[in-house]
Amino acid sequence: MSASTPAGRRQIHLAAHFPGVNSTTVWRDPGSRSQIDFSSFQHLARTAERGRFDFFFLAEGLRLRERKGRIHDLDVVGRPESLTVLNALAAVTEHLGLAATVNATFNEPYELARRFATLDHLSGGRAAWNIVTSSDAFTGENFRRGGYLDRADRYTRAAEFVEVARALWDSWPSGGTPRTVRHSGPQFDITARATLPHSPQVHPVLIQAGDSDEGREFAARTADIVFSRHGTPEAGRTFHADVKGRLARYGRTPDQLKILPAATVVLGDSEADAQERAAHIRRQQVSPQTAIATLENVWGRDLTGYDPDGPLPDVEPVPDGELAQGWAHMADRFGIAARWRSLAEEKHLSIRELAVELTARQSFIGTPASVAAAMDEHVQTDAADGFILVPHLTPGGLDEFVDRVVPLLQERGVLRTEYQGRTLRDHLGLPAPRQEESA
Amino acid sequence: MTRELHLSVALGSAGPRSAAHWTGLVQLAELGALDFVTLDDSLDPADGDGRLDAVAVLAYAAARTSRIGLIPTVTTTHTEPFHTSSALATLDFVSEGRAGWLVDVSTTGEAARAVGRRDPAPAPELWAEAADAAEVAARLWDSWEDDAEIRDAGTGRFIDRDKLHYIDFEGPRFSVRGPSIVPRPPQGRPPIAVVLDAQGRDGRWELAARHAEIVLLDAAGPAAAREARTELLKRAGRNDLRVLIRVTESPDRLPELLADWHAEAGTDGFHLVTTDPTEELPAVIHDVVPALRARGLFRATHSGRTLRDHLGLIRPDSRYAVRTETAL
Repeated sequence: MSASTPAGRRQIHLAAHFPGVNSTTVWRDPGSRSQIDFSSFQHLARTAERGRFDFFFLAEGLRLRERKGRIHDLDVVGRPESLTVLNALAAVTEHLGLAATVNATFNEPYELARRFATLDHLSGGRAAWNIVTSSDAFTGENFRRGGYLDRADRYTRAAEFVEVARALWDSWPSGGTPRTVRHSGPQFDITARATLPHSPQVHPVLIQAGDSDEGREFAARTADIVFSRHGTPEAGRTFHADVKGRLARYGRTPDQLKILPAATVVLGDSEADAQERAAHIRRQQVSPQTAIATLENVWGRDLTGYDPDGPLPDVEPVPDGELAQGWAHMADRFGIAARWRSLAEEKHLSIRELAVELTARQSFIGTPASVAAAMDEHVQTDAADGFILVPHLTPGGLDEFVDRVVPLLQERGVLRTEYQGRTLRDHLGLPAPRQEESA
Repeated sequence: MTRELHLSVALGSAGPRSAAHWTGLVQLAELGALDFVTLDDSLDPADGDGRLDAVAVLAYAAARTSRIGLIPTVTTTHTEPFHTSSALATLDFVSEGRAGWLVDVSTTGEAARAVGRRDPAPAPELWAEAADAAEVAARLWDSWEDDAEIRDAGTGRFIDRDKLHYIDFEGPRFSVRGPSIVPRPPQGRPPIAVVLDAQGRDGRWELAARHAEIVLLDAAGPAAAREARTELLKRAGRNDLRVLIRVTESPDRLPELLADWHAEAGTDGFHLVTTDPTEELPAVIHDVVPALRARGLFRATHSGRTLRDHLGLIRPDSRYAVRTETAL
């Protein structure tokens, strides 16, 4: 369960993100296949397992995004329900962890705790829950609860939700008899006990993705994994130090929380070849229409008359212009627009080139050897504990990484060549969760 | 010519046994070429043995089988209709067109206190709500027309948004805007099943008449079954309804009994309700099924791929696509 090998090198934790529903997926590529058929999920999951990844990760969407009052039609859209897909994947994989993003705002703790306990049970202890919340009345239009939750209440509800879920999971210890959980709080008032005994990893691994101060504190108190946005070495080390520094006050050690930023990988036979491929992929991801749409979300006005290969709009943003729903809220439009303008002027970027630059995330671009070295360097210098890889092709986007980079990481002694345990907690080197004694 | 019957089995509720245990039972049912299995569920924690989520168990089994229909119970009282619709559409995707939905409600105080969102309500109110949930699911499954995904490189559009539809459902207990996040499932709409008693005429009859394609009927004898079936088809005003008689009987008497009922009740087939599937299912598959085949009453293998194929039910068009065409 140590994070280091005998030689002292920290182990890299890898996860695979299924790239549905976004502008990351290059659906124009001839290798692009279905984002909905089970065969696609099975292919990516089995590839990740072949590469000895820790887990497979699914995002969630509960309402199709809109622009200008109509459904957004430029991105890959349409996805299955996560837990049902993961239960099917549990049947065609043996070791791979199975993580679902599920919103705590539009679910109830008893029902969701039971669904995750079922996945954990059927998979032999491989389930993980990425906890997210929403304050979004737009998404709420699909649910009984609606969208009443205040932004300030999001972590309150999430914290109470997790507290109740853990009490339920712990209410039927291995070899013991089930106890009744009574919980009465601002968000939930329930009397129940778990419908299932403990799984081999006791209960699902918890993942969290928020980046605010409250989000970091919630992660330090509750989560086993943080899905971070800070992929560059400097930002990663700062985030790493901050979040791991918060663990002690909850009686936890730095090894008990893994920080995994999202990352993309583009390989080439030479550095130049890889850079050329990366540039080609980025232009496919950011079509002329997508570039205009990216700017419209900040400008709050129709910019379809502008040339995507020309300069940024000469008009000012509309202060309250809401063209898009379902995207992250854009505060301070004027400030953002001003920063984008100066960035474009400084680097001589067109609208589309700017959009390419803005939507980039941490990327490892190079030969298999240089990519393996760079990933290793990140982990050895505490910029991350590993990565959640986001391929740009469905479902074959990890094939090349697993065939060409994974063996090099294994040669370096920083990636397992065989799974040592069966549960996701085993893969992550996490101790069994503390058993909460319920009153 | 002999009318072939439809044969299915209820596996009870999914206690906390291993995935291999449940998968083994479903594989055995598939070996017998049965139309489908059902798996009960509820949100009531009072069952002391514990219970796995039925959709999850059948999703797992789906990946290890290829023909048998998979019908989980999903209750509508405490769940979000949007989530239920998405989960069942996904079961249809992972099984490549073998999902159905056995609709049930939850009247117990234990389930209400476990979820903690509302007080228990009388059954008629809950069945009216269940009918709304079935309506919402059907509209959501239709909300993407079959050819909505276009991948048009020229315009940069992945989907044709004119082929996606808001469902705008408004009911007393919930409203749902839509469209679905899941594209239209392989069967168009996974068939909806409901359990009815030939004696009663409660709210579930209304749900069955409006939404069901599979009715699992409890009847005291062939005459009562025949009468209930006739009334149900008249109420429904359509012929795409399969009425399967529920049978709780020891396997050694089954072949005779089923043949007699099939002739007398004019039924479409049977739903065998096991009390101990581990004990009873092998006898059903190895003794009862061959005996029915010998009488020319049951198929030797699955001739189609989907649950609708097995039941002889057509794949419905999206209601929204039909509306577009009639408008032209």
